[in-house]
Amino acid sequence: MNADFTEDELAFQQEVRDFLESEFPADIRAKVDNNIRLGKDDIVRWQKILNDKGWMAPNWPVEYGGTGWTATQKHIFNQEMGRIGAPEPVPFGVKMVAPVILTYGTEDQKKRFLPDILESKAWWCQGYSEPNAGSDLASLKTTAVRDGDHYVVNGTKTWNTLGQYADWIFCLVRTDNTAKKQEGISFLLIDMKSPGITVNPIVLMDGSPEVNEVVFDNVQVPVDNLIGEENKGWTYAKVLLTHERTNIARVPYTKRRINELKTVAGKRDDGHGGKLADDPAFARKVAEMEIDLLALEYAELRTLAAVTVGKAPGPESSILKIVGTEVAQRADELFLEVAGYDALPFVPEQFEDGFNGEPLGEGYLASAALDYFNHRKVSIYGGSNEIQKNIICKAVLGL
Amino acid sequence: MDFSFTEEQQMLQDSVQKFVRENYDFDTRKTILASDRGFSDANWQLFAELGWLTVPFAEEDGGFGGSAVDLMVMMEELGKALVLEPFVPTAVLAGGLVAGLGTDSQKAELLPKIMAGELQLACAISEPESRYNLANVATTATVKGDHVVLDGNKVAVLNGANADQLLVVARSAGSRTDRDGISVFLVEGDADGIHRHAYRTIDGHMAANIQLQNVKIAADNCLGDAGKALQELEKVVDLATVAIAAEGVGILEALLQKTVEYCKTRKQFGVPIATFQALQHRMADMFIECQLARSIVMMAAMKLNSSADDREKSRSVSAAKSRLGKAIFAVGQEALQLHGGIGMTDELDVAHLFKRVTAIETQFGNTDFHTGRFARR
Repeated sequence: MNADFTEDELAFQQEVRDFLESEFPADIRAKVDNNIRLGKDDIVRWQKILNDKGWMAPNWPVEYGGTGWTATQKHIFNQEMGRIGAPEPVPFGVKMVAPVILTYGTEDQKKRFLPDILESKAWWCQGYSEPNAGSDLASLKTTAVRDGDHYVVNGTKTWNTLGQYADWIFCLVRTDNTAKKQEGISFLLIDMKSPGITVNPIVLMDGSPEVNEVVFDNVQVPVDNLIGEENKGWTYAKVLLTHERTNIARVPYTKRRINELKTVAGKRDDGHGGKLADDPAFARKVAEMEIDLLALEYAELRTLAAVTVGKAPGPESSILKIVGTEVAQRADELFLEVAGYDALPFVPEQFEDGFNGEPLGEGYLASAALDYFNHRKVSIYGGSNEIQKNIICKAVLGL
Repeated sequence: MDFSFTEEQQMLQDSVQKFVRENYDFDTRKTILASDRGFSDANWQLFAELGWLTVPFAEEDGGFGGSAVDLMVMMEELGKALVLEPFVPTAVLAGGLVAGLGTDSQKAELLPKIMAGELQLACAISEPESRYNLANVATTATVKGDHVVLDGNKVAVLNGANADQLLVVARSAGSRTDRDGISVFLVEGDADGIHRHAYRTIDGHMAANIQLQNVKIAADNCLGDAGKALQELEKVVDLATVAIAAEGVGILEALLQKTVEYCKTRKQFGVPIATFQALQHRMADMFIECQLARSIVMMAAMKLNSSADDREKSRSVSAAKSRLGKAIFAVGQEALQLHGGIGMTDELDVAHLFKRVTAIETQFGNTDFHTGRFARR
């Protein structure tokens, strides 16, 4: 048992560092450093650079464009990406729909969809949640009725992230109303340009243009776009969830947040002639958070190690989701604390690309409240933390 | 990166598991606990025969290898059974100081006896006003001719009641909290001027407060060079901290497992209480705490074995002890709460597991101390 990297792994780490230092575009990096929201063009440009290097889809099988990396290499890659703030590819295509297509799709579907994901030619979004199907996702009501070589889809999907940019949406739809609720669901790929689709933005409390409601009104979808068998969609969706837990804890991201927090607290006056970073009560909170993050990091490494020796990541990885989101949210609270009055101005547009006004506050402190608001989502989405606890109870503790 | 056990570690784990299965059920433990010495000499001999007492020592000292991960593997299993024999005080703490500070002849004299199970030792480190600061030493060591005279008060000396010999941390130079000037002396347990006030700690282990009044010893009873002991003392205490932390991880997992089992069988309102979601989520939280504690203690053990520098090693140990401490309060208290009244009784092992982790939380620095040490370093 040891946590050291081998010579080869250290060389790989250097290779990743060198690549990121030279190829992560300076203008995008500056936006990340100054907390400016990245637009679709920025994201696509960066993903294409990753793809040119062959690093767009580390988890895919090599024959489809994967890297063939070990779990340790993937860990190193994520760590280095997080360290300099390079964004991960948008997950909906490469991390979510692709594994389902790879596992259950036909050869034709793989050829149709996978290359466009790798090359960032198609932007994918997710159609899972509905207004009345959240934690109880299987109660979803969007219907797909077979009509010749088409399905006719009707219903509403919600909490759809960045669907305003999307070319495609993968949806869970009901194809059998008579069966048990989990057994009447199918997995359908839908072209966002299809007639009858309306994307309505949902404004969140931080003012961000991030999520949408997607309405389907008699949308015609070719049966060729069905994944696997009709009414087996729930199984496919679950497989997607259990297999895609890499980097779910977002340790490198939170590490970067904490480092940033320590830097700004070192410059920030405490109002009594000293700096906030030197206030013992504040330093204690930061230390506790760093310690929790270390525990989380090693919990994640243990999960990865189990995968390396051929075991699937177990339901234990629900821990990573719960603790990862809780620690990240605590970092947000501390930013809010450091910001003080600078957290009060509500000027979300100043974090948009091309803002020409006079900015209020600086960087991550000016957005402290907005980040705090926005990141309340992380313990809600992806299976709420309470649902994760249900999983632990059922699958680990046998309750 | 490799998180699997070596073959030797696997064998060590099997060996301890077999021992506790065959020799340490809860009733047997009760009998041992009630005995005068508070542990079994026969078990101690068995520890020696099984080679366990060699685990903390390097191969060149005749030991098993001295790896923190090996210790972790052992301690976790010993913890689950609440083993009372003074493995940490004698083999890890005292043995570690002798191995780290002693001259060749001191090592040749003492280490084989420790490993053979022939010697009980105790380290007299803490003082009434030192709390967990190892550099805070008021006990004096005054040179008088070819003798040294020790004066001072030591508290919470683990195994202090039973030890044949004591390792006494004393100051030969400098003022109270100076890092320089600290030495470790080997003293006979019944030497003139030593007053041992023996007692049991909250977890049933044997300890003593020790008063040293004009205790005269030969100058060559100083382990290694005088005045240079602090760094080694910190290292040895860090290793002992990881050892009891691993013991704590074993105990917390036992508490979780017993709580889950109990809730599945205990019926109220006509159903097993494990069917209540209010309780289920609390058991999920206990599981999470156990996993985080296990992960960070593994990290600390691996760091101690690695090429990391001293600062990173001590920070890792403090991170582990700090995080474990939180888990101790969270898991321990929930285990009692979910058991209800029966969990408070002396009759059930749950209360004894709870008491041992509560002692672990305090020993070698509590959560607050280690959080502060992590932040400062």
